[in-house]
Amino acid sequence: MSWFLFILLSVVSLGGGLGVVVTRNVVHAALFLLVSLVAVAGLYLVLLAEFLALVQVLIYGGAIIIVLLFAIMLTRSAEYPRINDNRQWPLAAVAALGLLGVLMAAFMARPLPDMVRETHVQSPAFADLGNSLFTRWAIPFEVASLVLLVALVGAIIIARDSGEEE
Amino acid sequence: MPLLYFQLVSAGLFAIGLYGVLARRSSVLIVMSIELMLNAVNINLIAAASHMEGLGKFNGFDGQIIAIFVITVAAAEVGLGLAIILRMYRQRGTVNVDEIDLMKW
Repeated sequence: MSWFLFILLSVVSLGGGLGVVVTRNVVHAALFLLVSLVAVAGLYLVLLAEFLALVQVLIYGGAIIIVLLFAIMLTRSAEYPRINDNRQWPLAAVAALGLLGVLMAAFMARPLPDMVRETHVQSPAFADLGNSLFTRWAIPFEVASLVLLVALVGAIIIARDSGEEE
Repeated sequence: MPLLYFQLVSAGLFAIGLYGVLARRSSVLIVMSIELMLNAVNINLIAAASHMEGLGKFNGFDGQIIAIFVITVAAAEVGLGLAIILRMYRQRGTVNVDEIDLMKW
């Protein structure tokens, strides 16, 4: 069962990713991205990381895709919705395949120690995750909230109409 | 489910994202491809976290918590990136990266 789910979700997430990079329609690209990200959330479930799957669906499926669709809507150009690629896309394909080969060779040459968890083992509890987040990782957590605040204030300042120039 | 298979899926997703970043012209699509690459990294982190629990100083959550930070930074990056794209579109009427050569000499 676990194998079947893993293969299905991997195929869907890789296929969705391919759809994002090859489709000629920007809106379809965003929807392919949604498919891929939800399949990745399913992979997190296979890995018994329920909280991450939840966060993935909420933040990527709920927020980021919507923001991307808004950006597509607000920046439609003359060629919308059809778009063209760079002329050097074959070069990009060669670079991507090269990186894929290097990564696969590296992963297979030095496999990490693998303590396979049985599927009936319970996933770590949410409470333990929260404890760890607010004790051992408290300072990075605060820094992350500061990063979010600065980024969002900056986004508002950059994106608003600069009325003071008139 | 061996760790290696998750690593291979993550390598595939990362390579697809890299292709998107290099081959696409529209900057919105480049942001999407960057999201794919960040997701590949997250799969790797979470797979390692759940397969290497109890090794050394790992306590099983650390990988998941770093993945939460990656998601946070990705959200900040999308917000800021799209604000910049919107501004660029208003000023220059295009979002294609090969037509934005203000800083090229």
